[in-house]
Amino acid sequence: MNILVCVKQVPDTAEIKIDPVKNTLIRDGVQSIVNPFDMYAVEAALRIKDGSADSQVTVITMGPPQAKSALTECMALGCDHAYLISDSAFGGADTLATSYTLSKVIEKLAGENGAFDMVFCGKQAIDGDTAQVGPEIAEQLGLPQVTGAVSLSLENDAADVKRETERGYEVLRCTLPLLVTFTKSEFDIRIPSLRDKLAAKRKQINVLTAADIELDRGCVGLTGSPTRVKRSYTAGAGVKEGCVPVPDSETAAEAAAEWIVRAINL
Amino acid sequence: MSRNDVFVIAETDRSGKLYNVGIELMGPGREIAEKQHGRLCAVTVGYQLDEAVRTLSGYGADVVYRIEGQEYQNYMTELYTDAIHQLIVHEQPETVLIGATVNGRDLAPRLAKRLNTGLTADCTQISYDDASGNVLWTRPAFGGNLMAEILCAEARPQIGTVRPGVFPKPEKTGENAEVITFPVTPETSGLQKEIIEIAESILDTNEDISEAEILVSGGRGIGGPEGFALLKELADQIGGVVSASRAAVDAGWISRAKQVGQSGKTVSPKLYIACGISGSVQHYVGMKNAGTVIAVNTDPEADIFRYADYGIVGDYKSVIPAIIAALKNRKDEEA
Repeated sequence: MNILVCVKQVPDTAEIKIDPVKNTLIRDGVQSIVNPFDMYAVEAALRIKDGSADSQVTVITMGPPQAKSALTECMALGCDHAYLISDSAFGGADTLATSYTLSKVIEKLAGENGAFDMVFCGKQAIDGDTAQVGPEIAEQLGLPQVTGAVSLSLENDAADVKRETERGYEVLRCTLPLLVTFTKSEFDIRIPSLRDKLAAKRKQINVLTAADIELDRGCVGLTGSPTRVKRSYTAGAGVKEGCVPVPDSETAAEAAAEWIVRAINL
Repeated sequence: MSRNDVFVIAETDRSGKLYNVGIELMGPGREIAEKQHGRLCAVTVGYQLDEAVRTLSGYGADVVYRIEGQEYQNYMTELYTDAIHQLIVHEQPETVLIGATVNGRDLAPRLAKRLNTGLTADCTQISYDDASGNVLWTRPAFGGNLMAEILCAEARPQIGTVRPGVFPKPEKTGENAEVITFPVTPETSGLQKEIIEIAESILDTNEDISEAEILVSGGRGIGGPEGFALLKELADQIGGVVSASRAAVDAGWISRAKQVGQSGKTVSPKLYIACGISGSVQHYVGMKNAGTVIAVNTDPEADIFRYADYGIVGDYKSVIPAIIAALKNRKDEEA
């Protein structure tokens, strides 16, 4: 099995705070992490590799030079090959341009090393939160897609993918090749040993610039992005003023009941 | 053939029933259609669509396109993308709105890539930029910490998805839509995917949190799955539905379909009771449209109190029974 996983390095948005005076994001001291949903994609690929001899997992990311550390983390978990796709030409890309660039790299790598049986992505990145890049890559590469997967098992030459739905889940039996995006899944992510982490630091990360990839420059970066951010601003706490909470007591419960009745009868 | 139309892709479930979000989008859809001097067109793909078509007409659609067949009863990315793409190429709408349901978020990017156009996901506001003649899409990023205004200045159609509950249902109108059955031949022979199992943990659509008017929600502070039984008791008493924060879902105490928040569902109940929920920004993004918010938490500094109308510092295990008793007393007194 030849599997490719797309990952993104993101700030840990759970830790981001808003500067109340300047009304800007405080990013200092906020860790860069591999996007949590992408970790499930990596783990899913590695589990397939564990279960079948002769499997390879290639991990790629589009980002600035510091994104190398995300790839090193993935190598420490057991990925075989890593590629950083980095070039100022790719800067400012929206999801369409990002998915185009990643797709072109996937085509390049498939041409050199053999076709991929599966392409895995995380459902969404916790900074952009769009959930668009995975499906857009699938469309670009002409692959069927399953989004929001929580588990995947191989049955002969097909993949049974369990996917979250609005009210529960469904299982899809899919022939390969296939693209899958993973949400928080039903399996745990492995923890690399110290030895694995140290060994990974010595492994090669390949770097691809725009010149290394056959692509249309008009389709990448800001130029290739049909959407632009007109402006951004920090979200306030909303129109509510908040409240000073009261201690637990019978009176408090009665007041809460009053609030409830009033709200329901609105 | 008008190029100024707004399409609202209105999703139905397996029984042909419309998800509320399609109806909700008729509001902003109408506003944008007027600005664009075009028609508001609803599009529905599925099976047994008579009622859905009538409903969409009743909420102000000028045109309802129906793409119908048993092959469309269960959502399938490739079939839905093919059908809607063909319709869009044929009719050339200016703007397309899609509900950001689980399937909507699967469909929209595939469609956008096929059309090589811009897509803005999870919009919380949609307005019209008169100067440029573009829709202005506003959406949260960085887990809800940042709001971004997005423009798709040239590529067409411009597409946006909107979470359920962000917009209220518009007023009903008469049923005056022109209903057009759009012929598509579903290419099922080349399909690489087959649904082999479907499970709905929310069998009663009344348990769907996106559509609920009253929610009793539990977080990490609930401490385990058993605690949700107490929340259900309160919910049953006041005609509500139980929901949860990501922490409780990740802990395996309750199903993901109940999750409120940035990576879960957006809800807009008139009453939201948050128990043992700290109130992270990611959670707030999912419930900020709630009318009245009541919070119970053992931590007086919990962020949730910044969004609440009324808050009690205490353990839900004692506060909720007290509230249940207080409500019962009121009812008995009234009797």
